[in-house]
Amino acid sequence: MQLSTKHLLGIKDLTKEDISIILSTAAQFKEVLQRPVKKVPSLRDVTIVNLFYENSTRTRISFELAEKRLSADTINFAASGSSVSKGETLLDTVNNILSMKVDMVVMRHSASGAPHFLANHIPAAIINAGDGINEHPTQALLDAFSIQEKLGTLEGKKVVLIGDIMHSRVALSNIYLLKKMGAEVMVAGPPTLIPKYIKEALGVKVEYNLKNALQWCDVANVLRIQLERQNQVLFSSLREYNLAYGVSRKLLDAISKDIVIMHPGPINRGVEIDSDVADGNESIILQQVENGVAVRMAALYLLSGNNS
Amino acid sequence: MVTILDKQQLHLTILRLAHQLLENHLNLNDIVFVGLQPRGIHVSNKMIECIKELCPNEKVNYGLLDITFYRDDIRNELRIANKTTIDFSVENKTVILIDDVLYTGRTIRAALDALLDLGRAKKVELCVLVDRRFNRELPIQPDYCGKAIDSVVSQKVKVEWDKEQVVLY
Repeated sequence: MQLSTKHLLGIKDLTKEDISIILSTAAQFKEVLQRPVKKVPSLRDVTIVNLFYENSTRTRISFELAEKRLSADTINFAASGSSVSKGETLLDTVNNILSMKVDMVVMRHSASGAPHFLANHIPAAIINAGDGINEHPTQALLDAFSIQEKLGTLEGKKVVLIGDIMHSRVALSNIYLLKKMGAEVMVAGPPTLIPKYIKEALGVKVEYNLKNALQWCDVANVLRIQLERQNQVLFSSLREYNLAYGVSRKLLDAISKDIVIMHPGPINRGVEIDSDVADGNESIILQQVENGVAVRMAALYLLSGNNS
Repeated sequence: MVTILDKQQLHLTILRLAHQLLENHLNLNDIVFVGLQPRGIHVSNKMIECIKELCPNEKVNYGLLDITFYRDDIRNELRIANKTTIDFSVENKTVILIDDVLYTGRTIRAALDALLDLGRAKKVELCVLVDRRFNRELPIQPDYCGKAIDSVVSQKVKVEWDKEQVVLY
């Protein structure tokens, strides 16, 4: 038994069976995390480098914790304070690390396609922890796991991704995964933040009215406004964005159904989501973070087998 | 193909093992039964049925343990993990591990590791339906054995639950 791919570069490369295997393995790891000793010896002969060229809190900690729970040896690399500032290339950096006998690379980079480039040049298994505006596969997997845990299945569920779809790698990975697993997907947000041909290209519904989108869905995955990736003005102000597209208590009270609220983090409270919603009963944001460790354990475990 | 246990013998053997377990452990309060995933749970399910019939008023603590993440051949072949459901503490309890076939002993070694992560048992005993003697790779022996057989490495012992028989290929 193994995944159809040696690397986890994106959901686009995974089959439906791969996704099912990862999610079912994650369920077993979630049980491990409830035990008095939250650790298994599965990866005790594996060394993993966490290569983070971009800021991260949840993903980096989650990966590191997952690696430690699997008994792997870990090395943490952050671009700031490294020889990258002296002009060392990405490939040279990684090859130098690999010459120290590293088996797997977990990588986050601001350039889309960086992990794909590495995968063509190095023998180690690579897990993409987010590359530019391309993909963030483990986030999509943990989102799917959280939906499955809450609603029992992904098949036929209506999921809306709200906000900055244009710059969101979480959105793209989520769309690929949810479509593969039989869910219905809608994107909602201001027209300036939704790619023009997304409906035709990815087969998703598009809605510019937030209330209509919330009325339609079973699950609302609220995305962060990614100001760091925007190099032009795409909406007039954060305040105006909140008024038009912020998920508020008032808006949830106005729709006639219970929905599940998700957010990949970090949250801009009072911009894309209000605090009383983020902390409310509908929210499974903290469960997503908890499930992140189990899902990443599953991904690391399953990919380690292709690296004997 | 040789039949080791036919349908009737299989039922009698499981019933005998259940009797032996109860003979040695009169008080079930301090005993927990753990079937090993995936194939050991068929025999453990049947054994627990027998124990519940024999002790209808006693509470039987019974769980399932998966040892996939503890295997020592994990790098040779990855396997899909099965569900572990142990909703009771094993701390200071006598644990009866139940499996279908004891062969090299490596599965039981992994099970002992997995058990340690759930707590410190007072004692662990091993109950198997079939013991393939002389094939052990670790110093592990059963406390309760349905049938001991002599076989060579090239042979396979299979418990066919659909036909309710144990065969040697």
